[in-house]
Amino acid sequence: MTGDVVLDARAVGKRFPGVVALSDVDLTLAAGEVHALVGENGAGKSTLIKVLTGVHPPDSGELVFQGGPVRFSRPLDAQAAGISTVYQEINLVPLMSVASNLFLGREPRTRWGLMDFRAMNTAASTLLRSYGVEVDVTRPLRTLGAGVRQMVAVARAAATDARVVILDEPTSSLEPREVDTLFAIIDRVRAGGAAVLYVSHRLDELYRICDTVTVLRDGRKVHSGPMAELPRLRLVALMLGRDLEQIRKEGTTKFDSAQPEARQTPVLAAKGLTSPHLLHGVDVTVRPGEIVGLGGLLGAGRSETVRAIAGSLPVDSGTVTVAGKSVRSGSVAAAMRAGVVMLPEDRKSDGILPDLSVRENIVLAALPRLSAAGLVSRKRQDTIVDTFIRRLRIKASSPDQKVGELSGGNQQKVLLARLLCREPKVLLLDEPTRGIDVGAKAEVQALVAELAAEGLGVVLISSEFEEVVEGSDSIVVLREGHVVAQLRGGDVTEQKLIAALAEGGDG
Amino acid sequence: MTAVTEQAAVAVADKGMTKREWIAGLVQRRGSVVVLALVILVSSFSFDTFATLDNARNVAMQSSFLAIVALGMTFVIISGGIDLSVGSVYALGGVLAAIGIQWGSVAGLLLPLVVCGGIGLLNGALVAYGRLAPFIVTLATLLGARGLLLAITDEGANTRLMPRDAVLTQIGQGTLLGFGYPVWIAVVLFAVGVVVLQRTRVGHSVLAIGGSAEAARLMGLPVARRTMWLYTASGLLAGLSGALAAAYSASGVTIVGVGFELDAIAAVVIGGTLLTGGAGTVGGTLAGVLLLMVIQNVINQIGTLSSHYQSVVSGAFLAAVVAIQAYLSRAHLGRERST
Amino acid sequence: MAEATVTPVAAPTARRLRDYGVYAALGILVAYNLLFTGNFATLANLNTQLVQVTPILIAALGMALVIGTEGVDLSVGSVMALSAALLPLYLGYGLMPALLVALLGGALCGVFSGTLVAVVGIQPIVATLALLVGGRGLALVIADGRLKDIRNPMLLELGSGSVAGIPIVVLIAAVLTLIVGFVVRYTTFGRQLVAVGGNRSASVLAGLPVRRILIVTYVISGVLAAIAGIVATARLTASDPSAIGQLAELSAITAVVVGGTPLNGGRVRILGTVAGALLMQLISATLIKHNLPTSAGLVVQAVIIVVAVLLQRPRLAGAK
Repeated sequence: MTGDVVLDARAVGKRFPGVVALSDVDLTLAAGEVHALVGENGAGKSTLIKVLTGVHPPDSGELVFQGGPVRFSRPLDAQAAGISTVYQEINLVPLMSVASNLFLGREPRTRWGLMDFRAMNTAASTLLRSYGVEVDVTRPLRTLGAGVRQMVAVARAAATDARVVILDEPTSSLEPREVDTLFAIIDRVRAGGAAVLYVSHRLDELYRICDTVTVLRDGRKVHSGPMAELPRLRLVALMLGRDLEQIRKEGTTKFDSAQPEARQTPVLAAKGLTSPHLLHGVDVTVRPGEIVGLGGLLGAGRSETVRAIAGSLPVDSGTVTVAGKSVRSGSVAAAMRAGVVMLPEDRKSDGILPDLSVRENIVLAALPRLSAAGLVSRKRQDTIVDTFIRRLRIKASSPDQKVGELSGGNQQKVLLARLLCREPKVLLLDEPTRGIDVGAKAEVQALVAELAAEGLGVVLISSEFEEVVEGSDSIVVLREGHVVAQLRGGDVTEQKLIAALAEGGDG
Repeated sequence: MTAVTEQAAVAVADKGMTKREWIAGLVQRRGSVVVLALVILVSSFSFDTFATLDNARNVAMQSSFLAIVALGMTFVIISGGIDLSVGSVYALGGVLAAIGIQWGSVAGLLLPLVVCGGIGLLNGALVAYGRLAPFIVTLATLLGARGLLLAITDEGANTRLMPRDAVLTQIGQGTLLGFGYPVWIAVVLFAVGVVVLQRTRVGHSVLAIGGSAEAARLMGLPVARRTMWLYTASGLLAGLSGALAAAYSASGVTIVGVGFELDAIAAVVIGGTLLTGGAGTVGGTLAGVLLLMVIQNVINQIGTLSSHYQSVVSGAFLAAVVAIQAYLSRAHLGRERST
Repeated sequence: MAEATVTPVAAPTARRLRDYGVYAALGILVAYNLLFTGNFATLANLNTQLVQVTPILIAALGMALVIGTEGVDLSVGSVMALSAALLPLYLGYGLMPALLVALLGGALCGVFSGTLVAVVGIQPIVATLALLVGGRGLALVIADGRLKDIRNPMLLELGSGSVAGIPIVVLIAAVLTLIVGFVVRYTTFGRQLVAVGGNRSASVLAGLPVRRILIVTYVISGVLAAIAGIVATARLTASDPSAIGQLAELSAITAVVVGGTPLNGGRVRILGTVAGALLMQLISATLIKHNLPTSAGLVVQAVIIVVAVLLQRPRLAGAK
């Protein structure tokens, strides 16, 4: 089925200040194969794609493309050479027609040098129809669904005489039926002799469409081989860097077996949270003093679940109840008034105000409470800021230091302090220890445990499984927006979690 | 959608346009033409002096200078930018034509084109390669060009006359089939503009750049280079328009062009071009220019109305058009990007 | 990923130049004038300079707030004209009603722009453009295109009188500067405004009433522009909607940007804005004193604007 090697990345290394993103990674793409590239957050998938497409030049190693060594200095070079990429955020022009998007930059022209719309539209229709997509190609792209847009992007990538087509999470916004059509297109691209690099974390899809697989972890290649020969459980174990034998030994018990927690009224009860493509009826229940971990691979809907609870992700249906009172959905302010606060996943873009001081960042959400007649009370502010700086051991030269100058761990503590100022009942933590050093991490983890001990309900997301398992009293396991398992009590172990991720809730 | 076959699977997922979206889209694209037609129709019945050849010539002549400036502005706005400097550049072009004509008509035309094109090129380079906001760059050249104009005219005190028998002056004042040459020049330029925007790769890439500069770059289009030339073209057209206006009045008047950029922007937006870039038509801009000028003409015909109603009307039009545009883009994207 | 701690900021020198360059430039220019310009260090001249800059300065205070929210208000010049046109209408009923009507007009303009920006979701440049185009026309329609002489003695006193040798209009500008500076620094609203401009998505997630904050900001800008229009009218001793506030939006933006408030929001520098306005005024005054033409002044202004945004650029590039 597979043919000659088209693209061969040999011992590729790439470092950024302070981190090694890739070290000695090999990747071989053969003509006519669909090659899966998998790995968890920070495994180096996106860096590898960026090296292959000329966004970042590699620091070491070499790229061999169609038999000769190449060095792409910018994306255009890679594209011209025949490596097409469809990014997760589809890079098309929404206001322009389907046909225009397919042919931008290489529009058919009449003998007068003018664009030949009739020829372009016909060619576009023919091309899409050959992929099984029937659509009026003169319509603006934005009037069409995400599925069609994805097809157009893939068709464009495949049609530019590409030898390698890279698809980054192509199915994340598609309906199941659309996935079928996309796979039909990928089949055609494969049959045409191009190599497809398929990045996804949906295991079912990988096994359906991919011929070979490369697994990355912490910037290294940990496995490469035929997809069919790699069992699911082993794949998950490889991605997470866990011992397979142990998982096999313990991971076969039934889930949902543990006894429910003591009969305390839940401080947070989210029921049936549903948002198109993201969440399909997710339930989460947290009792006072309980830490509930959300388990799942990248893209399973963990962040979306907490964002829906916090009111920052609109939901189609589902209810959120805090301490027995229902909360209006889709409003951050309403959720906050009810006592639900969230630490966002992306500290930089959704959290800190880098140019403002530590003090200002801490009191931001509590300003009205610390003010009298619209004037900020410096005294009350200082009291509360001092308390939190001491309690969370925030290391800043003074409360006036700009938050942008602090280390990641201290920035995170500042954000935690901001939330705690509101005296919340429920704390939603999305990756609270990502990108912070080991010492700070232990401190944050201890703090979360302490807060729970004081009676707060906590929902915890972490891409590090030890953290979820060690930190949580129970775990809700998500896959593709569904709850697939609930681990409680003695079942909260890494092995059970991993097994649930690989197998749980099938069908 | 009765027989859902495997083939039609994708077409089912297609959201389709609601009737309201469709109407709003039509209003945006053709609204200016319809309103223009209505205003002309009503005015023709209301005023004896309106639907006359003389009046048509008059309106066409007045429109031609703004139209030429608005043509360049159309391309700049479609690409997602804005050019605030055109008013000053227009005035500068007129003065330079009056200065250059002492060395002959060719010099009288070339001097404004070279200098104004140069200012446009400077704008373009700063926007495309310096990555500065178009708004602030062209604000600086608005001031700079006005300064240059004052510097070469003894602080505006010096209005140069152009010899009536020079070829350039003749171009400004002569007529063909009853309409002045500037009108014909504007018509030809608009015809070229329509073809360039709608039928060439260059035009297509301008639409793409305005629609999504990032996507255009990833698709391999020369975004920076094209952006730079767009501003250059805008400067050139503003200079040309200024030179023609000077020729028409046979003098390089120094006080013209203040706020001219706003008229041009208003005409472009009323003509249905998205101020956020990515969509628009050259024909719409022409309708927008004519609409502004016809309304001015009608207000003059009424006589008792203050001529200042004209800018109130264009402001109201602008607000309405922009609100419709916002509604349109929200109708499409609202579900995905709320708050 | 431990490196991602410090956000990209301009190089220290460039940052210092951006933050304090305006004061240095102002200082140098003052020093130069003290040494080389005759009749500069007189009270009369000082007052003239300050009086001339007041309308722009007052409008620039509102502009600084709007720019702090990552917006821009192009309508301030037209709102000045509008308030100048509204002022004489009710002067017959006394000064207070007339002032109130003018201020109310400014506030309504702010509600209009603010609603378009915050609720309808239109880009600030676009949203305020309609009022820029239509506002002055409306002012001229109200005034019937005519200049109206002001005869109200109190209003005239406001324009030309002085207290303890300081012109009243300068005092008004100083008081407004203090108020706006205080609002930015010490009120809940001011701090929330800066937060919205600095990181809108973080502000939404922190539960701030982002829409209300934006609308109030544009209303403040409208009211300040109306005050600027009143001051300009009082000084001119006539309501002249065709001249008052002409290109004021550009001068105000220039003062704010030169004063070191970044165009991408998150910082409001009131003192810098004052210095920026004074610097621009002093440049043209210096050139005039030395018999250099206004044309040179415009070119110098253009260059200063470009330099100011170039100094801000590394932050812009780093932010998005």
